[in-house]
Amino acid sequence: MEVVKIENVTRTYQIGKLETRALQGVDLSIASGEFTSLVGPSGSGKTTLLQMIGCLDQPTSGRVHVNGKDVTKLNRNQRADMRRENIGFIFQFFALIPTLSAYENVEMPLLLNGMGANERKERVMELLKAVDLLDRANNRPDQLSGGQQQRVAIARALAPKPALILADEPTANLDTTNGKQVMDIMEKLNKETGVTFVFATHDPRVISYARRVVTLQDGLIVKDS
Amino acid sequence: MIQILKMAFRDLGRNRRRSFFSALAVGAGLALLILMASVIEGEMGSAIESAIQLQSGHIQIRAKTYDENRSSLKWVDLVENPEQMASLISGLAEVKAATPRLYASGFLSSGTQSAGARITGIDPLSPASDPYREGLISGNYLNPDDRDAVLIGKPMADKLSLKVGDNVSLSLNTSDGNVQDQTFTVKGIYTTNTYGFDSTTVFLPLSKAQAITQTENHASTIFILLKDTAQTDAVVRALSISSGLVIKTWKDLNALFVDYEAMAQSYISIFYLIILAISASVIINTLIMSVYERTREIGILSAIGMRGNRIMMLFLAESSMLAVGGVIMGLLIGVLSTLYFNVNGFYIGNMGLSGMLITDTIYAKLTMDNLVNLTILTFVVTLLSGLYPAVMASRMQPIAALRAEK
Ligand SMILES: Nc1ncnc2c1ncn2[C@@H]1O[C@H](COP(=O)(O)OP(=O)(O)O)[C@@H](O)[C@H]1O
Ligand SMILES: [Mg+2]
Repeated sequence: MEVVKIENVTRTYQIGKLETRALQGVDLSIASGEFTSLVGPSGSGKTTLLQMIGCLDQPTSGRVHVNGKDVTKLNRNQRADMRRENIGFIFQFFALIPTLSAYENVEMPLLLNGMGANERKERVMELLKAVDLLDRANNRPDQLSGGQQQRVAIARALAPKPALILADEPTANLDTTNGKQVMDIMEKLNKETGVTFVFATHDPRVISYARRVVTLQDGLIVKDS
Repeated sequence: MIQILKMAFRDLGRNRRRSFFSALAVGAGLALLILMASVIEGEMGSAIESAIQLQSGHIQIRAKTYDENRSSLKWVDLVENPEQMASLISGLAEVKAATPRLYASGFLSSGTQSAGARITGIDPLSPASDPYREGLISGNYLNPDDRDAVLIGKPMADKLSLKVGDNVSLSLNTSDGNVQDQTFTVKGIYTTNTYGFDSTTVFLPLSKAQAITQTENHASTIFILLKDTAQTDAVVRALSISSGLVIKTWKDLNALFVDYEAMAQSYISIFYLIILAISASVIINTLIMSVYERTREIGILSAIGMRGNRIMMLFLAESSMLAVGGVIMGLLIGVLSTLYFNVNGFYIGNMGLSGMLITDTIYAKLTMDNLVNLTILTFVVTLLSGLYPAVMASRMQPIAALRAEK
């Protein structure tokens, strides 16, 4: 089953008179359970493409389907709902809410989904265990290392059981050991839960984890293997 | 919702100094409003009250043709046999005192100095005359049958260099238009702490004043004090008077003052607006700053699916907390400072506003009405100030927010 289907998507950024064609007509389809890497040099459009898939931004033209739904037709709130229910994000910088503890950060999307208190607690503990951070549950992000923060972000992305997790350069700010640990966890979770992972990277060690590698250049897919 | 409140609270805690000073700005604004309103209330209230007690009474009954500004002493301009009517009116339950008074214009002279005077014939024993008796600072108070005694105010005594026991020459108009001179003895010197009154008003016993002005059993007015100002209209309705007489209330008699108060209120409203605008701009500023600082965080919340209205609520929760904190501080500071000026008063000295009696010290007076209204006003204005930054946060595009710090 297809989780993502992208048809002839373009995205042109306009800053003053300057136009940047970040995506110039991309077609891509990603099946459920994939562990796929988007690669390509800096500026090739990886982040932009992830934002299209993640309903964070809208294409200039073309169609984006997530879970069979045409998300280009959705309004702001509907896109927020789509993200909350179906898509998890992991960013290069460890995008946690600084005022909330690790536990509360993971809990946040579940609260937004209106999950009951008991079920929620169970789920958060289960996730913290999966990323091996049970002992850090009550720490705030500034009390955690980069690798630990990124693992909290993974747990948070997984929390609402999304169909799809998008990771943009998840290891770029981590050292080799932590980067490997993060990729190992992502791979393990992909195998265990079957959640689809799409991650952008230009780190060869990360690329080696991928079962499918999609290469972008100048806003076009030049290779898919 | 609880999570939003928790987050909002922690966000404020992140920059404690800034949150504290923003709340303080709201608090200082509210405190200032409360103090201002109380001082105005105190000043207006006491000014009107002293005008009533000293000069106008709550109600006066006069001849239709009486002209206050000319203090006419022609019999047609006066009330005939006032004692009888006064004692009748004194019988009403709401009335504290009803007493005839006679006004004449004249001047006092001593040596080479002289000063214009408003000669006032009073019944020294009427409760309406209590303020003058209580204001005595030297000498003795008048007796009804004193024949050559006057009571003068402190400023008048200073101006004419008079002491108790000194002789003073009094010239005044009579009912037939002549001028009568007579030497009196200063029996007492009084003060009501109201310069405009004390500097001109000279008291004689009514019977002596009638004798010297040849007005016999006539008076300029029947001066009526009530137990409660609020009963004025009710008493006016209950009074029946013969034709040729008119009833004047304290509002008619202090028209200038009542107008002045209305005008002052509108000036004050402008001050209120300025103060509120200042606190509002501090709040708006703080929140906008915090929205910008947290651009990325807003992006994260949006990315994990928080809808715009929830993000807005987060920021509104922060401004509500600032508002609550500010209002508490403001109430504390405002009420305490008002209490201080309620006990100690502001000394303003002789504010020589012509035609108005203003006591030399203002005591702040806090009414529940003012307190509640100003508190609600401040709270609402603070919440409204939070609206713009909150909307701004909720409208942020997630990608713009996420790229912000990359
Ligand atoms: N918000 C934006 N405004 C203007 N130009 C942008 C914006 N985002 C990306 N770009 C441009 O689009 C192109 C693709 O960027 P991006 O998708 O970030 O590439 P990558 O993630 O592969 O490095 C780049 O040339 C970049 O400068
Ligand atoms: Mg990128």
